Amino acid sequence: MSILVFAEANANKFTKPAFEAITYARHVATASGTSVTALVLDEVPAEERAQLAKYGATKILNNTDARLRQFDSGAIASAIVKAVQQEQATAVIFTAGYVSKSVASIVAASLRAGFVAGATALPLIQGQEWIINKNVFSGKAVAEYAVSTPIKVISILPNSIAPEPAAADVTELDFNPGLADSEFRIKSIAINKTSGKVALTDAELVVSAGRGMKGPENWGMIEEMAQHIGAATACSRAVADLHWRPHEEHVGQTGLTIRPNLYIAVGISGAIQHLAGVNGSKVIVVINTDAEAPFFKAADYGIVGDAFQIVPKINEALKKFKAAAH
Amino acid sequence: MKILVCISKVPDTTTKIAFTDNNTKFNSDKVQFIMNPYDEWYALVRACELKEKHGGSVTVINVGGADNEQIIRRALAIGADDAVRIDAEPQDSFFVAEAIAAYAADKGFDFILTGKETIDYNGSVVAGMLAGLLNWPFISLAVSLEVEGNTATLEREISGGKEKLQVNTPFVASASKGMAEARIPNIRGITAARTKPLTVIAPGNATALTTIKSYKLPAEKTGVKLISADHPEQLIDLLHNEAKVI
Ligand SMILES: Cc1cc2nc3c(=O)[nH]c(=O)nc-3n(C[C@H](O)[C@H](O)[C@H](O)COP(=O)(O)OP(=O)(O)OC[C@H]3O[C@@H](n4cnc5c(N)ncnc54)[C@H](O)[C@@H]3O)c2cc1C
Ligand SMILES: Nc1ncnc2c1ncn2[C@@H]1O[C@H](COP(=O)(O)O)[C@@H](O)[C@H]1O
Repeated sequence: MSILVFAEANANKFTKPAFEAITYARHVATASGTSVTALVLDEVPAEERAQLAKYGATKILNNTDARLRQFDSGAIASAIVKAVQQEQATAVIFTAGYVSKSVASIVAASLRAGFVAGATALPLIQGQEWIINKNVFSGKAVAEYAVSTPIKVISILPNSIAPEPAAADVTELDFNPGLADSEFRIKSIAINKTSGKVALTDAELVVSAGRGMKGPENWGMIEEMAQHIGAATACSRAVADLHWRPHEEHVGQTGLTIRPNLYIAVGISGAIQHLAGVNGSKVIVVINTDAEAPFFKAADYGIVGDAFQIVPKINEALKKFKAAAH
Repeated sequence: MKILVCISKVPDTTTKIAFTDNNTKFNSDKVQFIMNPYDEWYALVRACELKEKHGGSVTVINVGGADNEQIIRRALAIGADDAVRIDAEPQDSFFVAEAIAAYAADKGFDFILTGKETIDYNGSVVAGMLAGLLNWPFISLAVSLEVEGNTATLEREISGGKEKLQVNTPFVASASKGMAEARIPNIRGITAARTKPLTVIAPGNATALTTIKSYKLPAEKTGVKLISADHPEQLIDLLHNEAKVI
C-alpha cells in the first residue's frame, strides 16, 4: 500500500508545490501507516528526482514513455491509474493547478474514488473515513468533506502546507504503463508561454492595480514595485475590460484565483467578485484614496492616500531595502 | 453538429454566504440564483455560435430540482434548442457526472461543453469525470473552440501560457474566459423559449462519493493596520519584520 503523489515538474525541475504535495503525502502516509510513492512523468534529471526523497518519498516511479510528456489528459490519467493499481495506492495527491484540473477528475472517475479538489489542510483520518477541508463559495466559506471510498483523490492548493525536509531511503524504478497508441487522442499544435515573467498562479508575491491608476500609461510604477520584490503583476477586471492590461492578469471570480503570501492592491475598490480571487492571500496590503473602500476590511495593512504619491515613495524605499540586504 | 451544454445554478456573485441547520446546509433564504457565469457566458454562447455557423442543435442539461427551470428557460432564450433536466438534487460532482454520462452516452453528441467551474463549489471536476466515464478525450479550460467535420481545434490554458491542440469528436471540454462574449437574451428569444421542449428524466442510479459534513466561515481578518500616507516606507519594514513576507 502507498500514497501516490503526482509530482509535477516545470522545465526539468520540480516546483515548490511538488514538495508541498510530497510533504502532505508523508503526513497522510504516517497517519494511515503507509509510505509515499512519487510518480514522475516529466523528464527530470536523476539528481533533481532525488530531491523528492529529501521530503519523504520512499519510492520513485520514473516514467520512460516519452509520449506521456505531452499534455494528453486521458493518457496521463490512464498512466496514473496503472500506477495506483501497481502500488495499491489508497490515495492520490495532486497539486491543484492546470494539470490536476485536467487529469485528477478522470483518475477519480475511473477509480470511483471520492475526490476533493483544492484541499487546504491535511485530512483528519478516522479509519476509512477522511475529513478534508476545502474552500467553497469562492473562498467565502470552508466545507468539511467526508470521503470513505477505498481510494481517495485529493488536490491541494499551493501554499497550504510548507515543504518539510524528511530524508528517507528511496528506491527508484522505471515505470512504463504500456499504453496503446489509441489512448493518445490529443494532438498538440503549438505552445505559447509568456516567458520571463513570474506565472501569476505560482507567484508568492503579487502586486495588483485597478482603475484607480487612471490609465495604462501609469503602470510603470506598479511594474517597478513588482520588479523590486520579484512579484508577478495582476489587475482588476475593470482594468482588463478597459484593455489597460492583458486579460491573463485579471484576478477574481471570473478571472484567476491566487493565494500568494503577499497581495498588494493599489487603486482597487475590493468588490466582492475581486476579493473572491484573492482572499486566500496570506497578507493583503491595500493602497486607496478612499478610506471607505471595501478592500480595507479584507486587508492586513492599509495606506489611505494617493497611489501617485505613495507608490513612488515605496519604490524608493524598496531600492534602499534591497541595497541594504545585499 | 449535435452539442450538449451542461448548465448549473449558483447563488448570485454578491450573495452573502450563510448556513443553517447547525452549519450543515447552505442558507438559500432570499438568495438570488443565476446560471453559473462560465456555463452561460462561455460554454452556452460558443455552442450557439457553432450551431449558427454549422447547423445542428444545442441541448442544455441540468441536474437539479424543478426550481431550476428558471435558468433552463434562460438558456433556451439565449439560443439552446431543447433542454433536459435530470430530476435530482445534485449530491456531489460524481453524482452529477454519472447522471449526465448515463444520459449522454448513446445520444450521438459531437461534443459536450461545461463551464470551467461552478462559482459555489469551485470544483472544476464534473467535466473531467464526465470524460472519464464516457471515455472521451477531455480538454480543460478551453479559451477557443473551432470545429470542422469531426476535428476540433482548441486553445487551452496551461501553466504560464496557452496550448493549441486538435482532437476528434466526440470529446468533452470545459469553457474558460475568452471562448465567447456574453449574450443578453432578447425578447424574441425569451418568447421562443416558452415553447421549446424541456424533458424531465429520472436520475437512474447515480451515486455520490463524497458528502459535506459541515460548513464554516473563514476566520475574519483582525482588522487592518493603517500606515501613515506620509511614511509609506514603514510598510517595507512591517512586511519584512512583522509579516515576514519579503
Ligand atoms: C458577475 C461579475 C463578475 C465579476 N468578476 C470580477 C473579477 O473576477 N475580478 C474583478 O476584479 N472584478 C470582477 N467584477 C467587477 C467588480 O464588481 C468591480 O466592478 C471591479 O473589481 C472594480 O475594479 P476596480 O476596483 O479596479 O475599479 P473601481 O471600482 O472603479 O475602483 C477604483 C478604486 O481606486 C481608488 N482610487 C482612485 N484613485 C486613486 C488614487 N489616485 N490612488 C489610490 N486609489 C485610487 C478608488 O477609491 C476606488 O476604490 C465582476 C462583476 C460581476 C457583476
Ligand atoms: N447540477 C449540474 N447540472 C448540470 N451541469 C452541472 C451541474 N453542476 C456542474 N455542472 C457543470 O460542470 C461544470 C463544472 O462544475 P464543478 O465541477 O462543480 O466546478 C459547471 O460549469 C457546469 O457546466
